[in-house]
Amino acid sequence: MIDIANLDVRFGNNHAVRGVSFRVAPGETFGLVGESGSGKSTVLRAVAGLITDWTGRIAVDGKPLGHKRDRAFFRLVQMVFQDPYGSLHPRQTVDRILSEPLAVHGFADADARILRALEEVALPRAARFRYPHQLSGGQRQRVAIARALIADPRVLLLDEPTSALDVSVQAEVLNLLADLRAARGLTCILVSHNLAVVAHLCGRLAVMQGGRVVEELDEAALRAGRAVHPHTQDLIRLSRDLEEA
Amino acid sequence: MSTPILAGEPLVAVRNLHVDFPSATGVTQAVRGVSFSIGREKLGIVGESGSGKSVTGRALMGLLPGSAKVRADVLRFGTTDILHTSEREMRTLRGGRIGLILQDPKYSLNPVMTAGAQIAEALRAHSRIGRREARDAALALLESVQIRDPRRVHDAYPHELSGGMGQRVMIAMMLAPNPELLIADEPTSALDASVQAEILRLIEELVDQRGMALMLISHDLPLVSRFCDRVAVMYAGQVMEELPAADLQRATHAYTRGLLECLPSLDHKRERLATLKRDPAWLAPRA
Repeated sequence: MIDIANLDVRFGNNHAVRGVSFRVAPGETFGLVGESGSGKSTVLRAVAGLITDWTGRIAVDGKPLGHKRDRAFFRLVQMVFQDPYGSLHPRQTVDRILSEPLAVHGFADADARILRALEEVALPRAARFRYPHQLSGGQRQRVAIARALIADPRVLLLDEPTSALDVSVQAEVLNLLADLRAARGLTCILVSHNLAVVAHLCGRLAVMQGGRVVEELDEAALRAGRAVHPHTQDLIRLSRDLEEA
Repeated sequence: MSTPILAGEPLVAVRNLHVDFPSATGVTQAVRGVSFSIGREKLGIVGESGSGKSVTGRALMGLLPGSAKVRADVLRFGTTDILHTSEREMRTLRGGRIGLILQDPKYSLNPVMTAGAQIAEALRAHSRIGRREARDAALALLESVQIRDPRRVHDAYPHELSGGMGQRVMIAMMLAPNPELLIADEPTSALDASVQAEILRLIEELVDQRGMALMLISHDLPLVSRFCDRVAVMYAGQVMEELPAADLQRATHAYTRGLLECLPSLDHKRERLATLKRDPAWLAPRA
């Protein structure tokens, strides 16, 4: 579904992504992990079309992508960001936020779709005419997920979707993402620094360091600690260390 | 001058602390009857956002906005009654006898002052020393927070430092006046896991070396229990449970258990994460 080969991104002198390649099969959830500055979010933003200055090959659903994306691309691919407070327009109601993608793509049944979207992410109907600041952090992230899914995309890009949330809310949002993925057969890329979160949602993952993918492994290998690269081993050790307490 | 505290007396005593924030739509009760004490030890305060953990720390430093209504049966640091002391005395406490480390060095360091100048400023605010002496002391402090190249960092501006480095500078600044208590409010939430562990280990070491007390405020229950002696778990402005950090896995309160069980785990596969069922009984005022 997603095919990335020799992806390179430079910001001035900063060579942020160096020759990254991986494939994600339809219906699969692929994890990208690494520390800050490793380039994991940059890869995701290049796929989403938020970074236009890249070289290499990015293909989604068999079609190679250009640097400018058309409307059809955004029907197919949507993204959820880390901080729902920063990614929702502060002066738009939830209704307006959810209406916009429907207007862009010319949906006629906006009203019914908004009600269905709210129900799907388990938000009360009363939330429809609220502003983001009147909602809790978890509710805001549900709105961001509803917005991403309202035009029925087939690919969902998730950039640290739960790291700004409390652990109790994180559990609810992770369960919600797992349910939606199963119900809609979504293909996802999940960027996170939290190995436990990645192991929970992803079947396979790539570990990034200094702009490169240093290792690709599956969930079972990650859980069993069968990693080859020292950086992956370090990350696993740290994660275990904090979990044990 | 404050008199030294008696042996056996805790350094910090808080009994029945309440903090209210009046607003146009009613009163928000951020803290509702919190009690704890801290000796020469490491106390962790854990809770979700809005549980009142940060407000509790700030009340101790007299750093709440003027609109906050603070009352308590006891709110004492050493022999100082924080609710009834002069602003002048509070200034010697704040930054002097109590240091505060905040979450993100990007926002809490002064962007137009070099790291060294900020540390020297902290030194000179609390003791009478000259510029040259302050510079030497600042370099020594940068070394004590395990910065390999103290001279370079001394002359660097915050934007030239990484997050972990910035946090070390903040710790050095807070250590400058030799405080008796260090309050660390989510000191590592903005950092990578590897840097997080380094910074907490550093704080732990410095606290032990200098015989300071530590109040570590965080939302991360496993992390806190690793670095503290005791943990107080807060929910909706009250302490639900206080227990030795080593006994965390044997926590009895349903809220503490809920927090532990909703975490995804690397070792144990869970098909579905447990979610927290919030019991309205947790909101009832506790004795």
